[in-house]
Amino acid sequence: MDAKRELFQKLQQDILLWQGFKPASSGKAERIGLGELEDAFPGGVFPKKAIHEFITVVPEQSAASDGFIAGLLAVLMENGAACVWASTSRRLFPASLGLFNVEPERIIFMDVRTEKDVLWITEEALKCEGLAAVVAEVNNLSLIESRRLQLAVESSGVTGFILRKDENKSASTVATARWRISPLPSQTEDGMPGLGFPRWQVELLKVRNGNPGNFVLEWAGEKFQEVKKVKKEIVLSEMEGRQIG
Amino acid sequence: MQRRFVSIWFRQLLADWQLIRRPELSGVPFIFAASDHGRMIITAVSELALGFGVEVGMRAADAKAICPGLEVLDDKPGRPRKLLKGLGEWCVRYSPIVAIDEFAMDGLLLESTGCSHLWGGERGYLKEIVSRLKSKGYTVRVAIADTPGAAWAVSHHGKVTPLIPVGGHADALLKLGPDALRLGETVLAKFRKLGFYQIKSFIGMPRSVLRRRFGEDFLLRLAQAIGTENEVLVPLQVPVPFSERLACLEPIRTRNGIEIAINKLLENLCKRMQAEGKGLRFGVLTCYRIDGKVVQVDIGTSGASHNISHLFKLFQLKIDQIRPALGIELFVLDAPKVDDVEVPQEEMWSSKPGLDDQSVIKLLDRVAGKVGFQVIHRYLPAKRYWPERAILKAVSVTEKPNAPWRVDKPRPTELLKTPAPIEVMAIIPDHPPKFFIYKGVRHIVAKADGPERIEREWWLDQGEHRDYYQVEDEKGGRYWLFRSGHYGGENKYKWFIHGFFA
Repeated sequence: MDAKRELFQKLQQDILLWQGFKPASSGKAERIGLGELEDAFPGGVFPKKAIHEFITVVPEQSAASDGFIAGLLAVLMENGAACVWASTSRRLFPASLGLFNVEPERIIFMDVRTEKDVLWITEEALKCEGLAAVVAEVNNLSLIESRRLQLAVESSGVTGFILRKDENKSASTVATARWRISPLPSQTEDGMPGLGFPRWQVELLKVRNGNPGNFVLEWAGEKFQEVKKVKKEIVLSEMEGRQIG
Repeated sequence: MQRRFVSIWFRQLLADWQLIRRPELSGVPFIFAASDHGRMIITAVSELALGFGVEVGMRAADAKAICPGLEVLDDKPGRPRKLLKGLGEWCVRYSPIVAIDEFAMDGLLLESTGCSHLWGGERGYLKEIVSRLKSKGYTVRVAIADTPGAAWAVSHHGKVTPLIPVGGHADALLKLGPDALRLGETVLAKFRKLGFYQIKSFIGMPRSVLRRRFGEDFLLRLAQAIGTENEVLVPLQVPVPFSERLACLEPIRTRNGIEIAINKLLENLCKRMQAEGKGLRFGVLTCYRIDGKVVQVDIGTSGASHNISHLFKLFQLKIDQIRPALGIELFVLDAPKVDDVEVPQEEMWSSKPGLDDQSVIKLLDRVAGKVGFQVIHRYLPAKRYWPERAILKAVSVTEKPNAPWRVDKPRPTELLKTPAPIEVMAIIPDHPPKFFIYKGVRHIVAKADGPERIEREWWLDQGEHRDYYQVEDEKGGRYWLFRSGHYGGENKYKWFIHGFFA
């Protein structure tokens, strides 16, 4: 009986490895600085060899997602590697990335006309092992397209971030994780006037083999910080959800 | 190696050409004439008409009087150049550097250095040229010498031998007249007036004297003929140093076939480039189809490369543009632009990833090949406050910022390309808005920071300054708003939204 369970565990580990998840026990645990959120992923490790999908319906969400991704890029690009940002209608302001500890000059922007070119560039870039990450802004992503991206990621190990504007077809891609980042009212220390650190509602809508969940995070100047016991407030994403029904 | 030049003089270029085109004219004297100040002036004369005493420069009406049954043909300007260009391209078989004789416009100049031994020496070389052109119908006179000037002189005016041995060109020139030096008519008239009928009679004179009488141009021509001054030939076809060709037994029509051809060409080319330490920057693949059409595709790289698989991938993106139609019989791969390759030193442990990573550069090349270089942007900080001008496009992939990025002021993650006007309720003079309406949605401001005044750069454009506020609405959305101008000034102030914070 034990032998069987061991075999199962071994096979499960293998499958996770193929899907891009690293087992937690391999040397020192690689943390990406998301705190407890990382426990939502299998093995408690943020999957770097994977496609992460971000649902951004309104501009506030896409700005929040940009910030969140920038925070992740700060860690991913630590070794000096470059990043490709492909888009048809980019609004990202490079000068703001410095606030997230990212060197904007190491991001190569590719501003093309058609979505087809964005997908082509994304696939080619994901195959390129010298990059740390690839960010692509698309309206729509079909199952087949997402599979191609996933295959490219599996061979190279580059992290892929897809910013998707269309929410309705959310179930039809093979992304490892699906996120929705919405801005939350910030809080200043001791009720001082003005704005505090950017605070987000991080909804992990889907994690393959993991536990989706809801988190509140803050970009505390240099790193992510989890905010505990936040009182229930009206959240943009929930409003959106209600409208859609 | 001593440089050698061949001059080919087509004695009757136009007449020979006309005879080849219209063999029925062989028994008829004919001339070419062009209109000049309302008269028809003869520009070229056939061999038969010469016998009647008809010469270039006469009036066509006079010539008709001398020579009964004379055929007068219209001459078009620029025709000799067109003919010489065609003949010159044919003559590339004898030497890669073939130039048109720009002075008389009736001959070709070839640099034959290192070519003549392929035809068994210079005698055989000249014989081959003369007999091949003769079999086509052109009567030519040729000469070979150490300088283009001497070869030209001997071919046009020499009487003894066309083969001037190495170092013997100065002696050969001595007996020729001053008209062998490619001079203008006014200078030649001066020589005749002074009684200089041979070059040897004035070649020993001091240069200053010659310059005063005959001008700088004469001295240059003399120096070019003797060889003290270098004469540069302008070749008709600029030879590409790195070029490979692949002729196919059967016309190629499939994608597979084209890929194999490109691969073979690249193998040879890259081998040569590697041996010389060069790398391709710009490559052109020319496909000659059997229906006579030519298809060209080109690739460019951002750094010199002689990596076969990388260059092949760049060409692979362009194969769709090649239309083989009935088939391609010849592929020519040229590398008009090559650069020295910096061989990257193998790093002991692991290469440091970054912008100059080889795989990243290859990716950029592929994107540039498929979509275009203009889509790739990278930004560096500019020392400017105005948000739209705070970033600067980087020129090259490896350019480093010369100033650090500013992080002391809040800047929005997303910046609108042009600020969008909003409706605002705010307390004057400098309070942040109470609420604002953007795209029909009312946002009630809960928290705000600011204002941060950014002055317009008056030396670049005119207008109002901006007072920026960082505001957060009740739901948590963070925005960057600004008021353009003062309250109550002469110009009306306006509110805008300029960006979204994370």
